[in-house]
Amino acid sequence: MTKAHRTFVSYIDKSREFYAAQGYDAPYRWATATTAPFTPLTKPLAECRIGVITTSSLTSDSTLEPYVAPSLPAPTAMATNHLSWHKDATHTNDLGSYLPLDHLNALASDGVIGSLAPRFAGIPTIYSQRRTNKWAEQIRTWFADDDVDLALLIPL
Amino acid sequence: MCHQTVGLTARHLEANGIPTVILGSARDILDEVAVPRFAFTDLPLGNPVGPADDPAQQRDILTSTLRFAEAAPLPQSSVVLPVVWSGTPDWRETYMSLDDPEALRAAGDARRASQQARKQ
Repeated sequence: MTKAHRTFVSYIDKSREFYAAQGYDAPYRWATATTAPFTPLTKPLAECRIGVITTSSLTSDSTLEPYVAPSLPAPTAMATNHLSWHKDATHTNDLGSYLPLDHLNALASDGVIGSLAPRFAGIPTIYSQRRTNKWAEQIRTWFADDDVDLALLIPL
Repeated sequence: MCHQTVGLTARHLEANGIPTVILGSARDILDEVAVPRFAFTDLPLGNPVGPADDPAQQRDILTSTLRFAEAAPLPQSSVVLPVVWSGTPDWRETYMSLDDPEALRAAGDARRASQQARKQ
């Protein structure tokens, strides 16, 4: 099989063309880097405590701040309407599809992971890369307090 | 924007001693940010762990993501996870569609007017 275009979606291209069509002339300047920092995982997965980070919010009127909340019992619903996801093709009523705390708890019971961290974290989605980095430091502090071995980040 | 946000967060955590893995569906954004470990699911934005109402597939994807994280040897390691999507087949084309330029222009004008009104 052959084709004349790539299969996966370029969201940088899509959003630039979409907002240009809306009359926004200056395209957003996305964060870019050529190398990444790296901390090796020093424990087997079966001994790791996993901390989850989501971009969804606890309530629709959430203030623009990062938060932590108990992982269990998992929330029954999250606010996602303010985020850009494919609202025509799918839905976010099933938390297992983007905030899988119950699945992780089951993986802990099965011995695949050591444990689920007692709290998960949420980070708002904004254009400011400077504020995002500041909020990341807040989440690092929370996860260090909870002895998280591996952070699992799940953007919508 | 969700993907850039978690990409920057992952970089910060890794630079300060906490290993990370991202499970997401916008690979170009995360390639640009340059992240330590990334598992890609080629699904409509909104359900990176697996299609909604498919708990078995979600759990398989989650397990694969964590096992990949355990084995990833170097920064900017990534994996394309197998997914089965049985929803609308044209989801790649319908997201941020440019099919109705007049409506898009009108939506942009309305948004700018709303932002201007809030400033006043």
